Amino acid sequence: MDPSRKRAIRLTVALTAALLLASALIWTSFSAGQEELTASQLLKNAKPGQSYILAGTVLYGSVQHEGDALLFSVRDPKLRVSVRVRYTGAVPDPFAPGRGVLVTVQKQGGTFIGEQNSLTTKCPSKYQAEASPS
Amino acid sequence: MALIGRALLILALLVIVYGIATSLYGARTGRAEWVASGRRSVYTLAGLMVGAFAILEIAFLRSDFAFNVVANTSSTTTPTFYKLAAPWSSQQGSLLLWVLLLSLWSSLILFLTRHRVREIAPYATAVLLGFAGFFASLAVFYANPFATSANPPPQGAGLDPLLLHPSMMIHPPMLYSGYTLLTVPFAFAVGALITGRLGNEWLMIVRRFALAAWLFLGIGILLGARWSYTELGWGGYWAWDPVENAALMPWLCATAFIHSIMIQEKRGMLKIWNASLVLASATLAILGTFLVRSGILDSIHAFGASTLGVPFVVLIGVMVISSIGLVIWRRPQLQSEAQLDSLLSREAIFLLQNLVLVAMVFVIFWITFFPLISEALTGTKVSVGPPAFRPFIVPLALVLVLLSGIGPLIAWRRVTASNLRRNFTFPVLVGVATCATLLLASDANARPFALIMFSLGAFVIASVVQELWRGTSARRATTHDPLPIAFGGLIRRNRRRYGGYIVHAGLAVLLIGVAGSSSFQHSNNVTLAPGQRATVDGYAISYVRPTAQASAAKVTFGAVLSVSKGGRHVTTLTTARSFYPAPDDPTLGPISDAFNGQADSQVGLQAGLTRDIWTVVNPDLTPLQGLITDGDRKFLQLMTSLTPAQASSPTVVNWVRDERAQAITELTDRFVTHPWPVSFLLIVSPLVTWIWLGAIIIAGGGLIALWPVPAVARRRAASRSASRRPTAPAVPARETA
Repeated sequence: MDPSRKRAIRLTVALTAALLLASALIWTSFSAGQEELTASQLLKNAKPGQSYILAGTVLYGSVQHEGDALLFSVRDPKLRVSVRVRYTGAVPDPFAPGRGVLVTVQKQGGTFIGEQNSLTTKCPSKYQAEASPS
Repeated sequence: MALIGRALLILALLVIVYGIATSLYGARTGRAEWVASGRRSVYTLAGLMVGAFAILEIAFLRSDFAFNVVANTSSTTTPTFYKLAAPWSSQQGSLLLWVLLLSLWSSLILFLTRHRVREIAPYATAVLLGFAGFFASLAVFYANPFATSANPPPQGAGLDPLLLHPSMMIHPPMLYSGYTLLTVPFAFAVGALITGRLGNEWLMIVRRFALAAWLFLGIGILLGARWSYTELGWGGYWAWDPVENAALMPWLCATAFIHSIMIQEKRGMLKIWNASLVLASATLAILGTFLVRSGILDSIHAFGASTLGVPFVVLIGVMVISSIGLVIWRRPQLQSEAQLDSLLSREAIFLLQNLVLVAMVFVIFWITFFPLISEALTGTKVSVGPPAFRPFIVPLALVLVLLSGIGPLIAWRRVTASNLRRNFTFPVLVGVATCATLLLASDANARPFALIMFSLGAFVIASVVQELWRGTSARRATTHDPLPIAFGGLIRRNRRRYGGYIVHAGLAVLLIGVAGSSSFQHSNNVTLAPGQRATVDGYAISYVRPTAQASAAKVTFGAVLSVSKGGRHVTTLTTARSFYPAPDDPTLGPISDAFNGQADSQVGLQAGLTRDIWTVVNPDLTPLQGLITDGDRKFLQLMTSLTPAQASSPTVVNWVRDERAQAITELTDRFVTHPWPVSFLLIVSPLVTWIWLGAIIIAGGGLIALWPVPAVARRRAASRSASRRPTAPAVPARETA
């Protein structure tokens, strides 16, 4: 086969593969993604039965245990608003008041129920900005 | 001391400015004395940084809380071993470590190349000093490690308990070494592009540094995974966290580069690709540093919001724009000298492997940054978790493993049928036999991706064993040495090649471990009372008895677990969860303070070649809550009833402290005297140990490949290479700069 034709075919195959990969990636990201909301956005927009990722810091003095459930409030990073979460499952070691967390929640009635084992906590190890109790 | 440290930092900045100016002047005018002066300024910078870092280390060892960074991240009770590691647990100290390592590696490369690449070296010096200047400026103006307090606290906050792990002593320096070493190829690539000296010499020089960066970064990543597995109490070793991804992306890019460079060496191809990979690796390394420090993405590692984001964005922008500009400018000189002869050739396999690695980088980059991308496009931050990575990374990893088995076996330029038969029969048979055996004798068919990975892993290991065996046999035939000596001689004479093969075998072992542990893991979240038991993957795990311990530093609630299978005792495990005081939380009372702070899990682990039994306890302290609240109330009453004279009396203060400690001890002991059901996470994971074994093999192979070749062999190889490849025409620096 003519070498230039060969190169053109290879390039076409490579570009098609890249295009397919990129399309699949974009489609997966948008279809599998979950909205990441702050406490104020969650209070404003949450619909019952729908999952959201709640991001914020654990409010000081809000952590309580009730049997297997862990109750805590997640504070909005900008506004003085917080959301109470009832969570069951693995609690990461870095979880503590004042720390940043991500937890997947669903609105059930007036409360937000954390999806089991969905709690991730920001590690306090390094470079944390000064945390001030609210 | 702090003043001297700060003075050294400022002096370092001045030396950097001087070094950049002299290097560029030397490069432009061709005056060697100015170039040498620029190079010596790098050595001077290294000396200054060693001094500055030593001052910080001494402050930590002396628990000098006048240093803010010492007060925030250390205490008198921090073990000496961890005091040495504490400097890089802070933003300020880690920036200093960055500049220190960068200056040391820069000094090494510039010393080694002082009589070579004379046109490129001054530009590389300027670029390396530019990086050093950036980080030194951050340390001076944004995050000063030598900031002091006029009223130092009597005790420091201490190192975060999660960092009290041996990995933390070595994990960050390994990662930083990897990141800083990647700037060396970047600097020389920029120098080569500016001067137009785009032959192979600069590539040969930076190859070893790229390999070292790859090795350090790989060790750092795996130490982090090990820390996560044994310390963080969630049972996993990789969470696709942005900070993990930040280290993985440059590592993958560097992996691509250290393979594709061989094609340029042998065939003069892929010059644009190689230059782009070098530039991209360092840019990704800086991007990783930015991710860690800016807090721009929510991460399990969380490096809260900081003011460092903007300078990093500027630096990354400059790197990207200048890299693209330089490559486009020099595109005519970067044309390949040969074409791909066949898709069935080693260079085609390397190219395909490169494309797979770059695709992996692209996937990881996209998903990691997707929250920011979606926010920019739609106004809503959308997160995609670890499941989004798997549909892309798993197939790509399978292809990568397959290619890592084919690469060492296939011939350069064009393969023949006899080559295929001779080299592939045994490895393919081993792969097929593994697949058949697993299909017949295990439940691996339920997890097709894992089954394919096991089979491909076996194929790769067989291909490496075959190559080592053939090489050793050939050597024995000529030298008549005993097998071990012939094997050692084989490796010694071609370290790069056989080191690489060993890395491939290690990668196969590691990925078999990943496939096994992620596909066949069994876990159970259970609540057990003493005497009760739960079953995980056929293992009966009994909660034998609770344990508890209270000290001034922490309270610990633990459990002794007995593991048996088929009525036979397998092992006894102990797991515990400690709680550290929470002095920052003003809502807590004097007793509740001891039970509501930072937690730290001690994992009960029995590791084995075929499976790990991993356990962690998560004690529910609700039954103690009433007593804790009561204790808070009583102690607050007691303290408010004290007169000012009593409150300042050492006798009374000591008495109150002892009473509080006694109360905390008694409350903690109730976990043993009045036990209640507690939660456990019980996991049985097969083949996790293979991951660590694979990592050790990879590190061993990497070290073999990195180990300096004896001078005679190097000269022989250089002359062979020179006779094989024409070098690019020399262009005087001042004409092109």
